[in-house]
Amino acid sequence: MARQLSRRKFVVYSLAASTLTVAAPLGCDATTAEGAEAAASALRRPSDVLVTGTDEEMLVLEVTKANKVVVRLPRVEVGQGVTTAVAMMIAEELDARLADVDIPLADARTKGNQFTGGSSSVSSLYGPARELAALARAKLVTAAARRWRLPARTLKTRNTKVVAPDGRSATFGSLTASAARITRPAVSSRPKPASKHRVIGKATTRIDARDIVMGKAVYAGDLTVAGAKPTVVARPPTLGGKAVSVDSRAARAMPGVHAVVEIAGGVAVVADTFHHAFTARDALRITWAPGPLAPLSDAAIRSRLRAAVPRLGTPPRGSTQTEAEFEFAFVSHAPMEVLTAVADVRATRAEIWFSSQTPMYARDDIASAIGLPESKVKVHVVRGGGSFGRRLNHDAAIEAALISKAARRPVKLMWSRADDLQHGRMRPASHHRIRASHARGRVVAFTHAMASVTEAFEAQGSSAQGLSAQGTAEGPGQGLAQGLVTRTAARAAGPLPSGSGLYNFGRVSGDSGSVELAMPLGAWRSVDSGTMRTAEEIVVDEVARSLGKDPVAFRRTTLRNKAVKAVLDKVADAAHWGRTLPAGHAQGVAVHEEYGSRVACLVEIDAADPENPRVTKVVMAADVGTAVNPRGLEAQLMGAAIDGISTVLRAGLHIDEGAVRESSYADFAYARQRHAPLRFEAHIMPSRREPGGAGELGVPAAAGAVANAYARATGTRPRRFPLNF
Amino acid sequence: MPSYSFVLNGKPVTVEAPSDMPLLWVLRDMLEVTGPKYGCGVGVCRACTSHLDGEDVQPCVVPVADCAGREVTTIEGLADGDELHPVQRAWLDRDVAQCGFCQPGQIMAAAALLKKTTHPTDADIDRIENVCRCGTYCRIREAIKKAAAQG
Repeated sequence: MARQLSRRKFVVYSLAASTLTVAAPLGCDATTAEGAEAAASALRRPSDVLVTGTDEEMLVLEVTKANKVVVRLPRVEVGQGVTTAVAMMIAEELDARLADVDIPLADARTKGNQFTGGSSSVSSLYGPARELAALARAKLVTAAARRWRLPARTLKTRNTKVVAPDGRSATFGSLTASAARITRPAVSSRPKPASKHRVIGKATTRIDARDIVMGKAVYAGDLTVAGAKPTVVARPPTLGGKAVSVDSRAARAMPGVHAVVEIAGGVAVVADTFHHAFTARDALRITWAPGPLAPLSDAAIRSRLRAAVPRLGTPPRGSTQTEAEFEFAFVSHAPMEVLTAVADVRATRAEIWFSSQTPMYARDDIASAIGLPESKVKVHVVRGGGSFGRRLNHDAAIEAALISKAARRPVKLMWSRADDLQHGRMRPASHHRIRASHARGRVVAFTHAMASVTEAFEAQGSSAQGLSAQGTAEGPGQGLAQGLVTRTAARAAGPLPSGSGLYNFGRVSGDSGSVELAMPLGAWRSVDSGTMRTAEEIVVDEVARSLGKDPVAFRRTTLRNKAVKAVLDKVADAAHWGRTLPAGHAQGVAVHEEYGSRVACLVEIDAADPENPRVTKVVMAADVGTAVNPRGLEAQLMGAAIDGISTVLRAGLHIDEGAVRESSYADFAYARQRHAPLRFEAHIMPSRREPGGAGELGVPAAAGAVANAYARATGTRPRRFPLNF
Repeated sequence: MPSYSFVLNGKPVTVEAPSDMPLLWVLRDMLEVTGPKYGCGVGVCRACTSHLDGEDVQPCVVPVADCAGREVTTIEGLADGDELHPVQRAWLDRDVAQCGFCQPGQIMAAAALLKKTTHPTDADIDRIENVCRCGTYCRIREAIKKAAAQG
């Protein structure tokens, strides 16, 4: 998976401007998109060509006269730390102070790769961002050399300044105008070798940390857009239910209410404050027709899924079987910031502000929903309060645009938490049947058949919109988006347990089925690996047990990849695998490989009360290639550990007669402080490889380790998740 | 429309609002104080946690009428000008935040805990109910201990 980023893919060019402005093409990710090579060739131009234009399809760096380095990032910050990682890459190559680097989020563009997902951001930006900054540095140094009439090679850069041997210095800001006119730098414009890195690889505090702790970080709901009034929607009790009759007289007569409009998903109320909007919403008298799933509950969905799992083939003759079936419930993304979008739709143009992983698709879908040409729709990308895949879809933004159009005024739409849980997207429920065949102490065949719920589109109204991230839209960059979502099918049909064959398990096979239901689904952090690989890691433990082997020793002898063995050894060593624990406590381990990265997780659980287990300690080790910000990587692993604990032990959604039962964090039991480990350690393996992906990597290993620890502590065989539900 | 006066982050304010209007929306939609976040509206996620007369409360379930004549402190009022509160400093030191959305509430909850219990135990910290969907709990625990150690 480690790919070599060749320099020619990132030919950097300069934009005609009065300040130094350089741009690097940012095409599709070479690892996932077919034809990326061709696209890169088409974009190739000599580095000294001046081009006028916008920042479409580019990563653009500008050095301002105020001595700020500004890179408008075609990605979204949702907590994963991408702005900090990119600021570090830029600061590294420019020798700028991190505080002088600003990374605003780019508005939706018309071309290029503006996709945040698939744990691809750092790997797709690592080459272009450094090339860009290295060229800017070379031009700034050359400009200073000309000003001082000194040989450029004698000059150094540090702290956002060029420094001469005689002690003179000039800020980048003071050099930017003259650097903009430099066409042929007199010093190398190549990025530094890794051995010279002083910022990349150094644990660094988030660039937005101070704003966050002071309450100054701005999310969509905090924006003040002229006239945009608080808006909420009354929604049906069941998924996909429809309003049959609406009596809005009482609501309209309430103080502070500006508009009541019917939309496909329910009835929207626009008011002076969210209090007024919620109060008027509750005064609406609506008769709802039940949605298409109304008779369906969990038990029926589970049995339909079980029936949809393809049959396993015949095991090798003479082998002994370890077989297991697993069930995973629906899980909400439930980001802390509920879906929020500000929309100002006029007769001839529209402007929308919200947090989006796929703003280019969002613009196209919004334009089509409100009947305007795409060129008349401006989408501003705002930082998000968490995502976990939720902001791949833009349901709320489309809804806000439709309400703004109908109400003829700007609106600030916010989904309530109950809206988010009861009508939002969820990780599909799934059923897995796994069989390991062993003979003479070895696994000779491994097969995994599964079925998951897939979304039936035609039965839905507005909630069926905003799905282009799932591969329905045409357009640039779709290879990436589709790569993320179609992976389910590709992986299920391909060899398992992983595409590369994580274990030496002889003949590896898999198959998948589906149950189509009209419910809103979405890619959830680590997508299908979060269930499939978790189930497989449980089976690996059960095979080890039936062969009389230790789970770590068994993995060590059957894993194919040395780098996976290395992370396993790291956690086994660091957490003292096999140490004596009190009765009811146990350790559990699991590994995972994806996105060009590897991870191992070892947990200790206190399951003395099996209905109220506590993971007391988590130790993870990851090899992600170059870790741009080890502190950010540790945070991603920590978050993945909590996701594993939550989805295995506690957090899921029930479906009762076509409705989601849960309505807040009171019943959607995502982990709180008392469920989090008292000790967490992340070990980051040193590497000079290009960065792999990290944001989703840890989830399957953490979930598998928690399940395995629970099994060992309780002597049970966990089969249905979450366990306490 | 009834009118309510209270002290917000050290300054007197007066608002005309329905008596049952939750403090959260008074702060966010009338006074443009957006540090306290909406996460559930029913007092369970605690993203809006702020202080009322120094005690931690959830403004999403506190009617504005209950605040009359009292002191409300939000995350915006925790620091002393540019001088961060020890809990904020500890949060920076441990680089606690990920998406940041719950952190104003987490910080206000931690500050209230430390006011009552200068050296909280793990069991004390476990009683903090604030949800962090990014899962920053381990760093929150470390930051609280660090802030406690620095008094």
